[in-house]
Amino acid sequence: MKAFTYERAKTPQEAAAAAARIPNARFVAGGTNLLDLMKLQIETPSHLIDVNDLALDRIEPAQGGGLRIGALVRNSDLAADQRVRRDYGVLTRALVAGASGQLRNQATTAGNLLQRTRCPYFYDTNVPCNKRKPGSGCSAIGGFTRLHAIVGQSDACIATHPSDMAVAMRVLDAQVETIDPSGATRVIPIADFHRLPGNTPHIDHNLKPGELITAVTLPPPVGGVQSYRKVRDRASYAFAIVSVATIVQRDGSGRVALGGVAHKPWRVEAAEAAFPRGAQAVTSALLQGARTSEENAFKVPLVERTLAAAMADAKA
Amino acid sequence: MPDFDPNRRQLLKASTVAVGGVAVSSQLATSAQAAPAAQPAGATTPTTMSIRLKVNGIEHQLMVDPRTTLLDALRDRLHLTGSKKGCDQGQCGACTVLVDGRRTTSCLTLAVMQEGHEVTTIEGLGTPTNLHPLQRAFIKHDGYQCGFCTPGQICSAVGMLEEIRAGAPSHVTADLNANPPLSNMELRERMSGNICRCGAYSNIQEAIAEVAGVAEGNKR
Repeated sequence: MKAFTYERAKTPQEAAAAAARIPNARFVAGGTNLLDLMKLQIETPSHLIDVNDLALDRIEPAQGGGLRIGALVRNSDLAADQRVRRDYGVLTRALVAGASGQLRNQATTAGNLLQRTRCPYFYDTNVPCNKRKPGSGCSAIGGFTRLHAIVGQSDACIATHPSDMAVAMRVLDAQVETIDPSGATRVIPIADFHRLPGNTPHIDHNLKPGELITAVTLPPPVGGVQSYRKVRDRASYAFAIVSVATIVQRDGSGRVALGGVAHKPWRVEAAEAAFPRGAQAVTSALLQGARTSEENAFKVPLVERTLAAAMADAKA
Repeated sequence: MPDFDPNRRQLLKASTVAVGGVAVSSQLATSAQAAPAAQPAGATTPTTMSIRLKVNGIEHQLMVDPRTTLLDALRDRLHLTGSKKGCDQGQCGACTVLVDGRRTTSCLTLAVMQEGHEVTTIEGLGTPTNLHPLQRAFIKHDGYQCGFCTPGQICSAVGMLEEIRAGAPSHVTADLNANPPLSNMELRERMSGNICRCGAYSNIQEAIAEVAGVAEGNKR
């Protein structure tokens, strides 16, 4: 690890102000992704702002009937919350499908949204990577691409977003609440939070410098049969090859978001009109314009079959 | 680990007893990370911080480089070498300890972040003459070959059984609105963050199932 200085922030605004004032500062909460990347010197902050003392660890009713999840709520606590289990089952299912018991105890709601890709070329500091070193090139393109993006990718980057939780948040239309260094707050719909790589794959999300996530809010429960199906190389403790978050209503309408296929949780609302016509119709609209390699072309039928299974489960 | 000298270790142990349970380590000058020579090229000015770290009921005052992980502080500074460094990436679980009773990978958190928390390591769970029930069960069921992953397995199992008691769901829990069943399938899923390179999983499973009290009908 590169040397850094360390402080514990007392208030969200103080944390955001420190991040804006000190060059190359980073927030740390669970640390499960950031410290790993710091050991590899992929992340080299000169200052860490520990936000764990901020009182952002509660799950409360939100105005209008939803649920407001503090940025520091640990993944395990969020998954186990009775209200989440009852009303937002897809979120609990996604959370318990991710990482391990230990990591879920440490990882936070905000940190989960901000985790970096697990593209092996991003992690290998010996090879070029536009996400790690802008302008250096993409080693994944033309490399081993079995785990890479099939939609929304660019000529600069074909990495996928690794989060399971974020896929459930996307299908639930969550909103991200933030505070900036001046103390101003704003709400970012989850659909606009993560970015496609384009020519700037080193920027994963639309937060401004120093902007701190304070909460993630879920809208009022939408009911339906909710599921999160994750296909991976091991039965447990592995990142998704593809994952499918679904909410299927009794009338046959539904929502779907995908993990493991793009630089952000992948959802195309227009494709959901095809739900009554079945998984094939939804998938062909959802993955329209997919660009696959020989190694990852299997993801297209895998999405369709996984969605078909989820829809069959919902009917049963 | 330049200050890991068996003789010095004995000396420190003696001084720990001498001050009545409060160990005051003044290893600043001998710490590799605190020495300017160990700084990577181009790094900012080296800094150290004074922290109080409560481990196994004993509070320690330590001067640490902020980069020091909880795992390195436990092993290299407090010489609690039960917690193991396997991958140092949070993937193997060998470094698992309990922080405020919750299982945590000590390699993925900083010592400076753990001030104000209670850390329990394998040394705090039991001793050779007063074994923790899980330690006794691992011996009875031969839940290891080389033993490197064992402290992490046991600390993880302690935290995991508490999670089941609290009703937390897992990936294999069928009904999210009911308490999870105490079954081998649940235990296996919940222990997936602890890798055993020797492959002693079946015996580890039996040891944990015995302590958990898995009923005959749930041993699938």
